[in-house]
Amino acid sequence: MNIQWIALIVVLFLSGPVWAGEARPLADDPASEARLKHLAVELRCLVCQNQTLADSNAPLAEDLRREVREMIAKNMSDQEIIEFLTARYGDFVLYRPPLKATTTLLWVGPFLLVIVGATALIITLRRRASKVVDVPVTEDEHRRVEQLLTEGGKRP
Amino acid sequence: MTRFLLPLSIFIVVVVFLGIGLKLNPREIPSPLVGKAAPDFSQPQLFEPAKVFSPADMKGKVWLLNFWASWCSGCKTEHPVLMDLAKSGEVPIYGMDYKDQRDEAMTWLSRWGNPYPVVGVDDAGRVGINYGVYGVPETYVIDKQGVIQYKQIGPLDSETVEKKIIPLVKQLEAQ
Repeated sequence: MNIQWIALIVVLFLSGPVWAGEARPLADDPASEARLKHLAVELRCLVCQNQTLADSNAPLAEDLRREVREMIAKNMSDQEIIEFLTARYGDFVLYRPPLKATTTLLWVGPFLLVIVGATALIITLRRRASKVVDVPVTEDEHRRVEQLLTEGGKRP
Repeated sequence: MTRFLLPLSIFIVVVVFLGIGLKLNPREIPSPLVGKAAPDFSQPQLFEPAKVFSPADMKGKVWLLNFWASWCSGCKTEHPVLMDLAKSGEVPIYGMDYKDQRDEAMTWLSRWGNPYPVVGVDDAGRVGINYGVYGVPETYVIDKQGVIQYKQIGPLDSETVEKKIIPLVKQLEAQ
């Protein structure tokens, strides 16, 4: 084996870690990685609005993950990190909007609709029940029913 | 007739709500920063990297801060409007080159014209995050006290400039 082959092998071995570097974890230590994941699924990516910060590959989402990672490294609480983001992007970044004066309709709306729907249903059912009148069946009619049932609907 | 009144009124209410929904732009997220002090920064300048650009330099003036990039197509659309506004002398427009390559940004400005007295460089996008930028171009109107008074998301057009930006700038100048 000549020196060129050895050199090639050495180069290939050294380049190994470079390939491995592409699949780097979100953060270097597992604890903060877990925190980042936990936070990122609660936060909305502002570019692709139906994706969380964890799912999105948009450059802004990458930048925001970097910011969150840095804040985790600075030992900031989840509360502080969320405040940092809502101060800049508003409640829109949160997948679960807080209960505020402006979001009352959002939170109470579905329950209101259920109440309105249930009330309407009860009212209609009661109204319908009151419309049903008991009609007494006479002897003649009874006999005719019997006849129809036994004769298979043949006309008398 | 009266039995149709209730379904009809529900239908009208739904139509009104859907109509309002159609007119809203879901990409326009109201900024919590309007009415608050413009976040501070101190970024190197595009043409003179040794010098810094900071909002503190702008105290006492009404000015626009425009986030743009050479890779952004909306910025190209908006550019003639900015050039006209700069030429009119109504209000100075300062640029923030957002997540861009320095040489490409300079080529872009020399090719299409430079409406900015000074351009700051935000290569990591950190200033953008502090300003709540989520898509360039975005433009902020900042008053004499350094408070953000208006945020434009997406390209400025001449109608917005005439009907919103210039009247607002005049009103802020008078204060």
